[in-house]
Amino acid sequence: MSKNINVALIGNPNTGKTSVFNQLTGLKQKVGNYPGITVEKKEGICKLPRGVKAHILDLPGTYSLNTTSLDESLVVELLLNKNDKDYPDVAVVISDVENLKRNLLLFTQIKDLKIPTILVVNMADRMDRKGISLDVGAMEKKLDTKIALVSTRKNTGIDHIKELIADYKSISSKPILDPTRISPEYFDRLKKTFPQEDLYKLWLVITQDVNFMPIEKKRIQDATDFSTKSKDELKKLQHKETVLRYQLINNILKETYKVDFMAAKGLRASLDKILTHKVFGYLIFFVILLTIFQAIFDWSGYPMDFIDEQFAMAAEWVKNTLPPGVFTDLLAEGIIAGIGGIVIFIPQIAFLFLFISLLEESGYMSRVVFLMDRLMRPFGLSGKSVVPLISGNACAIPAIMATRTIENWKERLITILVTPFTTCSARLPVYLILIALVIPEGSVLGLSYQALTLMLLYLIGFGMALLSAMVLNKILKIKSRSVFMVEMPTYRLPLVKNVVYTVIEKTKSFVLGAGKIILAISIVLWFLGSNGYSEDFQDADRIVTERIENEGLSTYSKNYIQNNVASYRESAEAEGLAPNALQDSIEVLTQELSERAVAQEIASYKLEHSYIGQAGKAFEPLVKPLGYDWKIGIAVLTSFAAREVFVGTLATIYSVGSDEEETIKNRMAAELDDDGNPLFNLASGISLMLFYAFAMQCMSTLAIVKRETNSWKWPMLQLGFMSVFAYIIALIAYQILI
Amino acid sequence: MATVADLRYGQKGIIKDFTEHILPIKLLELGCLPGNSVELLQIAPLNDPIYINLSGSHLAIRRSLAELIELEIIEETQAK
Repeated sequence: MSKNINVALIGNPNTGKTSVFNQLTGLKQKVGNYPGITVEKKEGICKLPRGVKAHILDLPGTYSLNTTSLDESLVVELLLNKNDKDYPDVAVVISDVENLKRNLLLFTQIKDLKIPTILVVNMADRMDRKGISLDVGAMEKKLDTKIALVSTRKNTGIDHIKELIADYKSISSKPILDPTRISPEYFDRLKKTFPQEDLYKLWLVITQDVNFMPIEKKRIQDATDFSTKSKDELKKLQHKETVLRYQLINNILKETYKVDFMAAKGLRASLDKILTHKVFGYLIFFVILLTIFQAIFDWSGYPMDFIDEQFAMAAEWVKNTLPPGVFTDLLAEGIIAGIGGIVIFIPQIAFLFLFISLLEESGYMSRVVFLMDRLMRPFGLSGKSVVPLISGNACAIPAIMATRTIENWKERLITILVTPFTTCSARLPVYLILIALVIPEGSVLGLSYQALTLMLLYLIGFGMALLSAMVLNKILKIKSRSVFMVEMPTYRLPLVKNVVYTVIEKTKSFVLGAGKIILAISIVLWFLGSNGYSEDFQDADRIVTERIENEGLSTYSKNYIQNNVASYRESAEAEGLAPNALQDSIEVLTQELSERAVAQEIASYKLEHSYIGQAGKAFEPLVKPLGYDWKIGIAVLTSFAAREVFVGTLATIYSVGSDEEETIKNRMAAELDDDGNPLFNLASGISLMLFYAFAMQCMSTLAIVKRETNSWKWPMLQLGFMSVFAYIIALIAYQILI
Repeated sequence: MATVADLRYGQKGIIKDFTEHILPIKLLELGCLPGNSVELLQIAPLNDPIYINLSGSHLAIRRSLAELIELEIIEETQAK
């Protein structure tokens, strides 16, 4: 594949780099992670003229090669490492015509690395409106490069980029700034010590905190002598470099770039007056938040019900069509139920990403950061923590990844640590079924108790996040000097293509990431629940049948039959069925029900003596004080892998074939404790809900926190603290209410 | 000495030469260089952060950072 060209897209944030990437690669792109870190790696293939193919790498947005974050270091690391398989043959720097001056700073740095560099001037469609005129020819000469004027919005200029890439060999790789101008004395010294090396690259190695290949290790060791000598001195030189670059750029722009301010019409100024207004700003933000929650919890209900039905039907179909046996059971009760448990979350996740991507694409998100910063600070958080905290209401995983924009390490760490308290959508099925079970119907001031309870649970989650942030802010002693800075981009109508790509991509990675775990757990659970080693398990049929012959059905089964008969009688009488016919059909029904009850008793006896039943019994003393029996204990325990497993586990344990809520709910309502009272009552229900509100029950989140904080210390702290706290609160709640 | 934090709505200033290198390099890269202009656009509720136009870069920064940027106020626009 010698004809493949490696291309790196580089640019400031908000220059439309991703749009250019999308237009170059279309759907032929792949999003993964850089090895070992969660920085997103976006790459794709672009067909060029004359049958040449280009491998395009979309590097994280950066303002310069002076790195302050992981994402930015990555850019420098790649550009300094000629042996990397992604090392670009040609760099394409994307700039925004309105912020050309600032964008050129990065351009000059890339060019000084002696990589052939093309300049893309994006958003060319705005030039007229902003009164900008640009002498492309003159600028190409001054910058010693080729320039493509592009508008991703109007879809112009993309072919020009492709031509330039195909013809990259003719593009100059001569540097622009002579580094010795930064400090003749210092660079002379460098040159004497490392006569073989490129001075600018060496300068970057010294000033930037990046990793290098082993062969360069020695070089660094020697080079660190230069850096440790004078940190302040180095910073001074970096300032000098920036000033020099800007002087150079200003000189070039003076002759080639003109802005007629009289012709400029600004949407930004007038919109900002309203959107960042002290009163209206908050009102608008509040309305947007309400809309998002409405979408996630109300609108997504329809597709979710649909998915639920489809999976129940698929499981039914498999059971009825395939020959009965272990494999069919595994497929129907383990795998299909498991996959259904993941797919059901797609509508909510997709809605959330849709809104977040709309807000980010339009430029509004930066205004939210601006509005919220001061309010979040007493909690040790930053305005930028708002995005993760909102995202956390769908899923903590993308939320924690979104904390990367927070420059200040302490603020970022606190945000990561408290985000799992927000009510993610995995808690929702648990809450919904418990609320329906234990919270009475009825209303106060037109609001139903059940809806109020749900709202309260959300507030508790959010309140707990803020409260623990405040505590952490006091406890954590981390000095972090980086500063808060947010660019307020111009408002733009979001590009449908970009939004759609983001939603598909993020949803996909959620489903694949979290999905694997949920699926694995369902299969393991199913296996442990349907196998046992003891004789009790093997002979369950005989033992239970004998017991029923001697002692009759259990209280639970009697209740089960009675309740069903009663509700049948009620509806039959309402329909006006004749007393004779009613009596007959009730007899038939009772017969059917007792058969089913026997089957259920056998199944539950089997379960009790299965592997999982044994484990649950051993675990029971621990959860007894919270008001749970061993079955709930198992559901809680498995939930530590992922919360949403709760309902599915109960479904498996109660051997209810499908995940259908109504069936499980009835089954749960019929559960009795040792004294013959309903097991799920107000006390145990609330205790359970509070446990789920506070406990850290999500392996994927722990894994992400480990990766983002680069240590096991923080996720383990999270797991320990949150779970112990949840246990104590649930204990208190149960003991008070019972 | 006036700083960016002293600007009022709509007011402009020119950044002074700085000898101390306390400003983060990021800020310089975004255009905070001697001789460049700064205009105050908005102040967030509770007086912090502030929203400025730094020679073409529209940025929000905290007051604590703004206090480090010395400038000369040049334009007295109608404060609202």
